[in-house]
Amino acid sequence: MAQMTMIQAINSALDIMLDIDPSVVILGEDVGYFGGVFRCTEGLQKKYGDHRVIDAPIAEGGIIGTAIGLGVNGLRPVAEIQFADYIYPGFDQVVSELARLRYRSDGTFYSPVTIRTPCGGGIRGGQTHSQSPEAIFTHISGLITVMPSNPFDAKGLLVSAIESNDPVIFFEPKRIYNGPFDGDPNNPSVPWSSHPLGEVPEAYYNVPLGKAALVETGHELTIISYGTIVHVAQAAAKLAGVSADIIDVRTLMPLDIDTIRQSVSKTGRCLVAHEATRFCGYGAELVATVQEECFWSLEAPIERVTGWDTPYPHAFEWQYFPGQKRLLAGIRKVMEAK
Amino acid sequence: MSQKSRLHIPHAAARPGETPDFSYLALSPAGAVARPPVDSRMSDIEFLSNDLVRVLDENHAAQGPWNPGLDSSTLLEALRLMVLVRQYDDRMQRMQRQGKITFYVQSLGEEAVSIGGGLALRDSDMLFPAYRNQGLYILRNTGLVEMMSHCLSNTNDFCRGRQMPVFYQNAKNRVFTISGNLATQYPQAVGWAMAAAIKGEDAIAASWVGDGSTAEADFHYALTFAAVYQAPVILNVVNNQWAISTFQGVAGGERRSFAARGLGLGIPGVRVDGNDLLAVYAVTQWAAERARSGGGPTLIELVTYRGGAHSTSDDPTRYRPKDEWAAFPLGDPLHRLKGHLVQAGSWSDEQHLAMEEQMKQYVLDCWKKATTFGTMTEGPFLRVHEMFEDVFEHMPQHLQRQQAQLLELEGI
Repeated sequence: MAQMTMIQAINSALDIMLDIDPSVVILGEDVGYFGGVFRCTEGLQKKYGDHRVIDAPIAEGGIIGTAIGLGVNGLRPVAEIQFADYIYPGFDQVVSELARLRYRSDGTFYSPVTIRTPCGGGIRGGQTHSQSPEAIFTHISGLITVMPSNPFDAKGLLVSAIESNDPVIFFEPKRIYNGPFDGDPNNPSVPWSSHPLGEVPEAYYNVPLGKAALVETGHELTIISYGTIVHVAQAAAKLAGVSADIIDVRTLMPLDIDTIRQSVSKTGRCLVAHEATRFCGYGAELVATVQEECFWSLEAPIERVTGWDTPYPHAFEWQYFPGQKRLLAGIRKVMEAK
Repeated sequence: MSQKSRLHIPHAAARPGETPDFSYLALSPAGAVARPPVDSRMSDIEFLSNDLVRVLDENHAAQGPWNPGLDSSTLLEALRLMVLVRQYDDRMQRMQRQGKITFYVQSLGEEAVSIGGGLALRDSDMLFPAYRNQGLYILRNTGLVEMMSHCLSNTNDFCRGRQMPVFYQNAKNRVFTISGNLATQYPQAVGWAMAAAIKGEDAIAASWVGDGSTAEADFHYALTFAAVYQAPVILNVVNNQWAISTFQGVAGGERRSFAARGLGLGIPGVRVDGNDLLAVYAVTQWAAERARSGGGPTLIELVTYRGGAHSTSDDPTRYRPKDEWAAFPLGDPLHRLKGHLVQAGSWSDEQHLAMEEQMKQYVLDCWKKATTFGTMTEGPFLRVHEMFEDVFEHMPQHLQRQQAQLLELEGI
């Protein structure tokens, strides 16, 4: 075991997959000589050569379209889009092509592309470096969508993503690249070395896609979340003094419905939380799922805490971000409802 | 996969610890490139996209047919603006380093691109800048206090805290809002120019992207639409050699110039020394005359060098030689224009130092004024409910509810 940040864990997953599978190739902006603007691919071009870790022109549609072709011809591409905010020029290649190749060709063609992309706010990135567009992708049939919340899962899930023959959109919450974040920017920053899931095996392992993690167990409330907000929810539940199951869904699509059903059937109360905008956000799907699966167990309306339905404002980062105060208010509301 | 690959993977000529090497840059002597009439046939002016239009020679004297013949007061004003841009950058860079603003982007070494191009256009022409074109905003009288206030996200911010620093705007003086996404403004500039033509107006549009951004599809959309409709637009590619860590070859600059990108569509290209203010002015003026007289679009490649980091989030010592800028064959645009004015007898080193000092003091005064509208830590602050405004023209019910919810939570 080693102490790793999420960046190091992602680098380790890429390193191992490049090593054990000669068909794995990485392409993206600044990923080669430089090692990526967040350092996730550091040292990999030097180790595996410029034909396997490829610096790409600044063209997200080109990166994703080319990755599809590489994959159709037997390689296993891992494309990096430098910020999730910049993925939209590649959207048509994702939606109309990558997601549907298998279906439209009756299973004849597919492309095992993984698209890694940093998402989320809390880094003073304003509207162009803070977005959480996961729901836009979970809405598309044929895509697996993943968002880890810690180094251990990041490595294990990325290995599974690369091994998957279905395309995976792999969101990396950049606020927690270097340490967990409890949602209060005034607290001193905490390194991953202080967190149990910062302990990461150096060797190969995987975390299966489609399986949620129960990161806290309790009996009064179920909190369902993913990414950065998992840590905020843990802090808020503690502050509220509530005994909560906290579910980190990890794989947003396909969703681990069993884990959710078992928990909410037990607690009878549920809060879903994410950083992304609210309207048609991923939380709406979670709420609908809980309602369909657990309606007769519910003792209170399901509560939803999210980002506001505005672009991410630079000046109001912490009023926009659903931090402890908002989570706490949501927890109180769902706990007090009769 | 046992066969040897036939792929070519572009690699920068020099990396940290290596000797800078600009032998890949094709140069022309100052004054050597002909200045054809603006109504020339495409086939007669293809050389403009391969050669390098230069006016200032190594002794800073103006040479050849592209010399725009500007009077000394215009040139002194250009010099003053370039010094002002550099002093502004210097202060804002330091303010970011001190934690006073969250982010900054310098235009160090590229000042002639904005000032030379901007000066050659009319006030009625619309500008669609990229994020390293702060010179255009300064030239169009945006006001340093206002630009700084924006970078501070304070109560005087013309974006009301919605944008990261350096994403300026100036609707009154016809400079578009900066997006942050790459090349998105390029087809928009074409659309603006088409509207001007549809309305029968004289105004033209001009836009700027970096060499790296030419890989984006938006760049190609812009060229196609501009060519199809012969839109009155000037499309500038600022080839500053680096897109964060990747050199211009990764954007496709190894085999043909960026100026030549439009040839297949019938758009004339002009490759110009981007550090030579006179040449930038002259080429822009030529393209503007073409556009205004119904000649359609021109693609201009401005060859320059990114003297600083990509942004304050970047560390270029990790990927390029530290002394690379000093070895750049086209030098420093500010020193070259200053040298020209000195050798012409209309400026002196002493006057220059005094003017630099004056600009520095002016920038400092503006900074002090800007901070009176609030800083990141000290008020006055923008009101939090303003976050919900301008998502739509009229605020829908769900946003009104969210706004009320936030105000309640904040105890306002």
